[in-house]
Amino acid sequence: MFPDPTALSLFPDLIVLSLFETLFPEGIARYAIGGLFVGLGTAVIYAATAIAPGASSFLESTLTYVSDRARFQQYRASRDWRIVFTVGIVLGAAVYALVWQGDVWTTDVQWWRLLAGGILVGVGTRIGKGCTSGHGVCGIGSRSKTSLIGVITFLGIAIATAQIVMALGVSP
Amino acid sequence: MADEDIPDSGRHPLFMPVILLGGLLFGFGLAASHMARPEVVLDFLQLVDLGLLFVMFGAAIVSGLAFAVIPRLRERAPLTGDTYGRRLKSFDRNVLVGGVIFGVGWGISGVCPGSAYASVGIGNWPILLAIAGMFIGAYLQGVWRSRTN
Repeated sequence: MFPDPTALSLFPDLIVLSLFETLFPEGIARYAIGGLFVGLGTAVIYAATAIAPGASSFLESTLTYVSDRARFQQYRASRDWRIVFTVGIVLGAAVYALVWQGDVWTTDVQWWRLLAGGILVGVGTRIGKGCTSGHGVCGIGSRSKTSLIGVITFLGIAIATAQIVMALGVSP
Repeated sequence: MADEDIPDSGRHPLFMPVILLGGLLFGFGLAASHMARPEVVLDFLQLVDLGLLFVMFGAAIVSGLAFAVIPRLRERAPLTGDTYGRRLKSFDRNVLVGGVIFGVGWGISGVCPGSAYASVGIGNWPILLAIAGMFIGAYLQGVWRSRTN
């Protein structure tokens, strides 16, 4: 789908090439194609329903099934389709895994990182009004200044945090 | 924009199928781009492989085209009758506070909500711990929000 980086570059010299390979050691095709599909999924739902779906509201909307807490009730009306959207995400990834991955893939990232990271992501996305899909894909796609500020904030902080975690020698 | 206020009943019969189709494409993209693997996201955050930029901004460009073009073609969405709008949220201090907390969590784990759901689909069962954590976090935030407001 994507031509060789030498053909893309206006200056096909060694410096540009090696910089490209340093920044994108796996190339960019899989990322760009994946991003295309993520955007397409958002666009299909938007075209048919006028909804710009984010992934993290599913957390609060699903909590309305087990909690009567007033603060979650604003998501009650969307809780059923948000489950369908999330099931779709799981199944779509499963299609990829069945066709191109073959076997199950499991992470080596330590359990406490997954749990602690998950809790902070859960708190943060709800305070901050969005996540990587709500702010990052739908918000940026809507040219929302709020979302742009949100994305710059969590991207910068996440990079700094990951650098610190790496410097502390935590791996994987 | 009708983000949260769709009534439970009286939906178009194609509403749920289209939501499912959108989810399928979305999840396929996250798996195909390897964003469903926390290690690949951490490679980005550790500035080893910047491919994630192509996923997020590539998706934003495609959805942005839809947000820009579709409202010019028609006024209301066929399955809901709602008018097309953009995803605009009001800015306040919470966007920064939440962004910082989200960023720390993302930087620790390499996991965000959409990629975590997709990760279940590629068989990554340990990710369920991160999803459980997200529910705990969202619940705690709801409890805290009820007390302070």
